[in-house]
Amino acid sequence: MHLPAILPWGAAEGFSKQMLLVLLSVAIIATFFVLAARKQQLVPGKLQFAGEAAYGFVRNGIAKDIIGGRDFIKYVPLLFSLFFFILVNNIYGAIPLIQLPTFSHVGGAYVLAGLVYFTWIAIGVKKNGLRYFKLATVPSGVPWFILPIVIPIEIISNFLVRPVTHSLRLFATMLAGHLIVMIAGSGIEYLVMQENILLKGTSVLVLAGAIAMYMLEALIMVLQAYVFTLLTAIYIEGALHADSH
Amino acid sequence: MAQLIISAATEGEVNPLMPNIWEMGVVLVGFAILMFIVVKFVVPMFEKTFAERAEAIEGGIAKAEKAQAEASAALEEYKQQLTDARTEANRIREEARAEGAQILADLKEKAAAESARITAQAHAQIESERQAAVVSLRSEVGTLATTLAGRIVGESLNDDERAARVVDRFLADLETQNAGAAK
Repeated sequence: MHLPAILPWGAAEGFSKQMLLVLLSVAIIATFFVLAARKQQLVPGKLQFAGEAAYGFVRNGIAKDIIGGRDFIKYVPLLFSLFFFILVNNIYGAIPLIQLPTFSHVGGAYVLAGLVYFTWIAIGVKKNGLRYFKLATVPSGVPWFILPIVIPIEIISNFLVRPVTHSLRLFATMLAGHLIVMIAGSGIEYLVMQENILLKGTSVLVLAGAIAMYMLEALIMVLQAYVFTLLTAIYIEGALHADSH
Repeated sequence: MAQLIISAATEGEVNPLMPNIWEMGVVLVGFAILMFIVVKFVVPMFEKTFAERAEAIEGGIAKAEKAQAEASAALEEYKQQLTDARTEANRIREEARAEGAQILADLKEKAAAESARITAQAHAQIESERQAAVVSLRSEVGTLATTLAGRIVGESLNDDERAARVVDRFLADLETQNAGAAK
């Protein structure tokens, strides 16, 4: 399914289809939004309206609702870029011939989750100083004798598990969807090749199932982009308001 | 196709959780480029439009409120003017009514005076005419009576002086009689 490396680039690795698609996604997103935002008018045209609706979805639907306050606008660029970067790269998986969600390879998911991880820790430290680590791991209002249990749990869940789940959630859903579609395609091909006409006919059932899975996968692609961005906003909000949690 | 999957699976020690370092690099660079474009162009442009639009709408609302205030002020003024005009009209009407009444009274008085004057004049004229009639009647009746009496009793009574005295006495008696009868 994967095209061979485009360039023999580095020792065992090549410039893959995946890498090309990542760069293409950047071009698509940047072109669309720069075009939509270029001729700004108070009464928007169709393209501008679509751009504003997409931008407003992340700005108001995620950043403003979750982070709120006056300074949510600082985090809009990160959330906006994350959402559309992941969205376009996921949707690749639903487009015939491309059929490859970028994050079905774990590397990209690690990179984005890692960026978010360091971003929210930096925000927490900047906002609260080094006291932030105490605020994030020692919950208030817990009896002292439970603290020895709670503090390790908090450290593990906040600082160790969180980036792993954040990245693997995206990667696993994309890989699973990619595999299902691929396996269904192979299964259909295998069944169609059979001599027995009845066995050949069962490929129709697999096709119906594959279409249903394809629809579900398309939904999950959009949903995971939203979930990843939403979680990022929640982490940032938690870091900003650590003293009230 | 099936062969491909099998070969990919049997290729063996590829752990799906192990990242390809070059892919990570490409995603990092691609995302950095996207972030740069978004921070530099997309967000400022959209925010500018949002701010302008909010301003336009709020400015429009402020303008409408101002127009509303002006309109209600004008209405208040018109109402005030209307009230003033109504008061003025009432006052003028009252004045006119009073003046009319005054004029009517004057005219009535004047007419009464005129009629009184005319009546008095008529009375005086009648009185003087009556006087004249009485005087002329007195002499004429005297003459007639003496003539008549002379004719009845003869020439002896032709002495005018005596006759006049007799007649005067007679008329005076007559007058007292009349006066007494009038009472």
